[in-house]
Amino acid sequence: MEGVKLFDLAATPLREVNRYLHRDAVGAGVKRVKILNADGAHSIAAGLAAPLEVEIDGHAGYYAGGMNMHAHIVVHGNAGPGVGENMMSGSIRVEGFASTAAGASAHGGTLVILGDAALRCGISLKGGDIVVGGSVGSFAAFMAQAGRIVICGDAGDALGDSLYEAVIYVRGSVRSLGADARFEPMSEADYAAVRELLEKANLAHDPKSFQRVASAKNLYHWNADSNQEY
Amino acid sequence: MNEKLQIEESAGYDRRVIDYIQRASATGLYEIRGLGAKRHLPSFDDLVFLGASLSRYPLEGYREKCSTRTVLGTRFATKPIELATPITIAGMSFGALSARVKEALGRAATALGTSTTTGDGGMTREERESSKTLVYQCLPSRYGFNPDDVRRADAIEIVIGQGAKPGGGGMLLGQKVNPRVAAMRTLPPGVDQRSASRHPDWTGPDDLVIKINELREITDWEKPIYVKVGATRVNHDVKLAIHAGADVIVVDGMQGGTAATQTVFIEHVGIPTLAAVRQAVEAIDDLQMRGKVQLIVSGGIRTGADVAKALAMGADAVAIGQAVLMALGCNSESYLAGDQHVSAVEDYARLGTAPGFCHHCHTGRCPVGVTTQDAVLEQRLDPASGAKRLTNYLKTLNMELTTLARACGKQDVHHLEREDLVALTVEAAAMANLPLAGTNWVPGRQTGKT
Repeated sequence: MEGVKLFDLAATPLREVNRYLHRDAVGAGVKRVKILNADGAHSIAAGLAAPLEVEIDGHAGYYAGGMNMHAHIVVHGNAGPGVGENMMSGSIRVEGFASTAAGASAHGGTLVILGDAALRCGISLKGGDIVVGGSVGSFAAFMAQAGRIVICGDAGDALGDSLYEAVIYVRGSVRSLGADARFEPMSEADYAAVRELLEKANLAHDPKSFQRVASAKNLYHWNADSNQEY
Repeated sequence: MNEKLQIEESAGYDRRVIDYIQRASATGLYEIRGLGAKRHLPSFDDLVFLGASLSRYPLEGYREKCSTRTVLGTRFATKPIELATPITIAGMSFGALSARVKEALGRAATALGTSTTTGDGGMTREERESSKTLVYQCLPSRYGFNPDDVRRADAIEIVIGQGAKPGGGGMLLGQKVNPRVAAMRTLPPGVDQRSASRHPDWTGPDDLVIKINELREITDWEKPIYVKVGATRVNHDVKLAIHAGADVIVVDGMQGGTAATQTVFIEHVGIPTLAAVRQAVEAIDDLQMRGKVQLIVSGGIRTGADVAKALAMGADAVAIGQAVLMALGCNSESYLAGDQHVSAVEDYARLGTAPGFCHHCHTGRCPVGVTTQDAVLEQRLDPASGAKRLTNYLKTLNMELTTLARACGKQDVHHLEREDLVALTVEAAAMANLPLAGTNWVPGRQTGKT
């Protein structure tokens, strides 16, 4: 593959690969990197800080693309817990399923999961966008502060528990809403947001088929009526 | 009527308890406050040193050198931290404290050759610029947490818990969430910030192994990774943190402070620092990690004697929070405006308290400008003069520490040992696993064994 730097994790230790991505790739003029035989290794392409294009061939373990800045990462497989955790910018695309805490505390960038995402997808989200092609497990968007989550399938229990300013768009059924989360009417701006995010993910759904979930803001100030929810 | 009976106060329902019941019935809310446990607890005050005499040989107090050099993070990190003293500054957030206070902490720490620590809310420019050695906390909330600051830090501290509230998340009431704090925490200004009590992307010790490795990968294995636990099941927690790959363990006892936590947490959850340090050291020894994994002890460290006793019990360093704030003026009657002392007594009174009793950090109305985000109040703490006071305080502690170490015949404060200590109370002897003074009796230890 011309112009693509290849690494085989069956032959090269992950530490060497990550160090190259952090320190050497830009200086060497490398823009595209392909990592073969991911084989569930953890922290693949974590901590990138340059606009590299990184393909991960196989299933990734925990924290693939963790704390990503600027890089565009594709996982040709499934991703373990915390894919794209604390991402700041750039993008991560998972072609399979994602385990727990996908996009946890991400501040920016776009995380696309074509399959389902497990528990706590988008937990503590701080500004990134997440698009899930399938369904999400329970506690999605727990304490999410900012950013947008599009769920093309169903959501489990306690969706949006203790939300701050993040907004969730869900197409399928919602088993239950979490504390202080509520359904709200979709506005034109919401439809436009869903359309934009679906286009980014290359997914074809009618934005009109989504519902909006946001915070009722009853937990914004400590008070005696919040009882056990506070 | 018998007047003595009229003024007899109930032990179970004294004025404090009656006030608690009546306040709860009036508000329907638990009390939130700052600082740490106010109740009496077994502490380092209950231990004394056995200074040298005929059976031990002292060093000359004013002539012979006594090293305080401290190295942390030698297990896996390729760039361990080297400090001039084992006395460090504990994690306290920008949000709880003003940016001016964070700057003062950094200046004083740098002057002493020690480290300071960020807190919930991220790293401020002021503290990074003023701190030669800065430990960056990775907390459950991840407020302001970002890879640039991870790379800018000298060490990373994963906070599992805090001595003031093990098992509880942080809290910053809306009155302290000013626009800068809000922006750093990605929150709307003025709303209550409720921090999570669990990390968002890992659960349990086996996950922590992988989380620590991720941070090592991101920093190319250069920076020491600390793991901080609130003192509860210390033996197990320390062993699990070591198993997870920590370079340094921070154990925060129940005397540890907070800017805002439920009183029921502060007074009723966790174990005293004295008990915690003993358990932590035993855990490290059980795993034969002494000298490989370093231990930092915090929670109620106030004096050079406290530092020396913690080290003698096996700690490698201590971290100080509340006492550092008091050195800056917390609970002082006045604040400095230029060269003039200005009384803050009326401001304390407006909070319903007085100097020496204040724990109203949570209100953001700190009369001496320490725990505030108010643009006017924060001016009451000048970073330069605050740093000078704090430097004096830390220097004093360091002098007391070396004085005690010399008296015990040690050329290095890290040579202080358990054999140098005895306990003054049965409770302290039992918790610290030390003999009661003047006896060979260690509560809980079988006769004939040492």
